[in-house]
Amino acid sequence: MSSSSRFEPKIVGFICKWCTSAAADLAGVSRLKYQPNVVSLRVMCSSRVDPEHILQAFKGGADGVLVGGCHPGDCHYQVGNYQTRKRIMMLLEILKDMGISPTRLRLEWISASEGAKFQDTMNEFINTIRELGPLGLKVK
Amino acid sequence: MSAKKPSKRIGVFICHCGGNISSVIDVEKLAQAIGKLPGVALSTTYQYVCSAPGQDLIREKVKEHNLDAYIVAACSHTLHETTFRTLGKETGLNPYQVEIANIREQDSWVHDDPQKATSKAVRIIRSVIEKLRLNEDLLPIEVPVTKKVLIVGAGIAGIQAALDIANAGYKVTLLEKRASIGGHMAQISKTFPTLDCSQCIMTPRMVEVSHHKNIELLTYSEVEDVAGYVGNFKVKIKKNPIYIDPEKCTLCDKCVEVCPVEVDSEHDRGIKKRKAIYIPFPQAVPATYTLDVHSCLGLLPIACGECVKVCEPQAIDYDMEPQFIEDTFGAIIVSTGYELYPVLNLEEYGADQIPDVVDGMQFERLLYLDSSTGCGIKRPSDGKVPGEVVFVQCAGSRDPELHNAYCSRICCMYTSKQAMLYKSAFPEGKSYIFYIDIRSGGKGYEEFVQRAREEHDVTYLRGKVSKIFQEDGKVVVWGADTLTGEKVEIKADLVVLATTMVPSPGTKDLANKLKLNVDEHGFTQEAHPKLRPVESLSAGVFMAGCAQSPRDIPDTVSSASGAASKVMAMISGDVLEREPIIARVDEDICSGCKMCISVCPYDAREYNSDKNIVEVNSAKCEACGSCVVTCPSGATQQLNFADTQIKEMVRAILSDKESSE
Ligand code: FES
Repeated sequence: MSSSSRFEPKIVGFICKWCTSAAADLAGVSRLKYQPNVVSLRVMCSSRVDPEHILQAFKGGADGVLVGGCHPGDCHYQVGNYQTRKRIMMLLEILKDMGISPTRLRLEWISASEGAKFQDTMNEFINTIRELGPLGLKVK
Repeated sequence: MSAKKPSKRIGVFICHCGGNISSVIDVEKLAQAIGKLPGVALSTTYQYVCSAPGQDLIREKVKEHNLDAYIVAACSHTLHETTFRTLGKETGLNPYQVEIANIREQDSWVHDDPQKATSKAVRIIRSVIEKLRLNEDLLPIEVPVTKKVLIVGAGIAGIQAALDIANAGYKVTLLEKRASIGGHMAQISKTFPTLDCSQCIMTPRMVEVSHHKNIELLTYSEVEDVAGYVGNFKVKIKKNPIYIDPEKCTLCDKCVEVCPVEVDSEHDRGIKKRKAIYIPFPQAVPATYTLDVHSCLGLLPIACGECVKVCEPQAIDYDMEPQFIEDTFGAIIVSTGYELYPVLNLEEYGADQIPDVVDGMQFERLLYLDSSTGCGIKRPSDGKVPGEVVFVQCAGSRDPELHNAYCSRICCMYTSKQAMLYKSAFPEGKSYIFYIDIRSGGKGYEEFVQRAREEHDVTYLRGKVSKIFQEDGKVVVWGADTLTGEKVEIKADLVVLATTMVPSPGTKDLANKLKLNVDEHGFTQEAHPKLRPVESLSAGVFMAGCAQSPRDIPDTVSSASGAASKVMAMISGDVLEREPIIARVDEDICSGCKMCISVCPYDAREYNSDKNIVEVNSAKCEACGSCVVTCPSGATQQLNFADTQIKEMVRAILSDKESSE
């Protein structure tokens, strides 16, 4: 599957405990295979994800960042994901100004029952970033 | 590269999980790589870290290596985080000095390439190490528990759970959407495999519930709103008006006689009619009339008013308003049951346009009416006793393309029962059952199916029915017998479709209010399929019966008793412990800008005008972390999810040290 010359993007995932991390677990239990380029960090809610964390990931060498939360209306904390959406929308604008393609930042709603969606999202996002190529921002 | 990292001695225990992890991830190489990281005093592997010897190993190593904190790199947090934190406490560590790194569900189970999976595991564990380095010692927050339970849905599951809990001495509020409790079990004729009458075992329990001193029964009611959290859910309940004062009503039935409106009876599933003012069924609890406002001609004397005119005790009150009840509960059980997949969706089986094609529950009512009145099993179109009956299993089930992918689990058994009961009532009749496989895996079930075949002469045809249509007063069934390879055509008098059990319509809405996950079919999602089958991932919310998945009565009752015992264990103490990973504000930095107040869903941020700061109410904070992001000065942090920690985690994920493939 892997050819040594192929670009392997590095992607950071911020996933909420209640939905997207549970979906990732379900994908695991169902043995739904996907490419291993995303390493995720589990937060309580997507609303804990600070745009600064995302920028820091890009600056630290990430080629893509994925934020995963519960579907609108389903956030464990009622409205957390609405705040996430606002913040990500704002950040997408800022990314453009910084010359970072907004495609490199993805916000997805994946519920605890959507193991297959988690798998698909992973593969699809990884392929997209692979096609875009390295971001090459790494400072230090 | 922050200079002032607290120098904790960290241990890392990597689990083989009996090959589940080690067959993909090179655990020895992983342990070596992790062992080289600064601050890691021990990095080792073990077959099953969660086993008793595995836990002993941790105890021993914590002492031997003088560890301040440790990581278990194994399965998902949801499985053993509590196990290992409790163990940490036993070894003398603060439980929050223990973290899980999930390298099974989110690594070895989803990746094939050993090298890449191992490299990913390095990144995962390394990021958790960075978090753990900066974890603070925390003490769980203790909250008082309200020793009262809300049960939503009063079928056999809700009734069983209510009685179990109430008999143990705790208060229960049992809520039911319909006018009577009893659910589907009250509709069924006889139950498999014993063929005892469903009413006879159900009715006494319904009565017991209504008289129990610890049970408050709220029928015709719904959950409006839920706030709070485990131990103290604040629930707003809407009790819909029944427009009758049960205290005054003498059950004389005159109102029913004069009511001009007839609609399908829900209890008889449309086989019989009811009036707009009605008692759902003779054994209903509470035994009182309900005026169904949706079918009533209008709650006005000019619109109709016939019932009011004849009601001597003046028990009918058109002006009755919904009542709103607010109460606090320590735990909630969801037992909202099931519905049947609508025949309307089954185009190939006539889409509900053929009167003599009924669903399983309608046939139950036909059987019941026959056994209770001796009227004979009458088919709906012309009241004739059907001479040939075809039962179609898996109607809408096990059909991922068009309908539901899952097995409805009870249909194999109940069609056998129905065919048997039909044959006993009408021995000259002929009955056929179309099946895909017979699933009779319950106590006494296989023997029961054999009896249907051998003693009651039920013909079993293995194959799927392709089409059902009407012709000359008959219902024609086209199918294939896959055992003989022949096409089959049966001109039947009645067809019974064993349609799929689907979650009852209100389940999703209630689940939303409770923050309870549902699966892809809309059934409630258990915390763990094997080890926590009646708990949800929302602390304090439990599930029982068919709200969770299709099941029969014994399994429903077992799950209800299971949920009841879990609830009792939870509310039997005086306090509950909540995770202390809440927000904290640095009073020296906070400028009192109040930005955080606007994003907090729980009103947990409170302005203190004396100090001009916004404090955190630890009883209310649910630990989402949103205010941390909003705080412009960085005065607010989430305990053990601080910005510094997340930053270090990101850095550790991206670093290429020790993770080269
Ligand atoms: S908990 Fe999932 S987005 Fe808030």
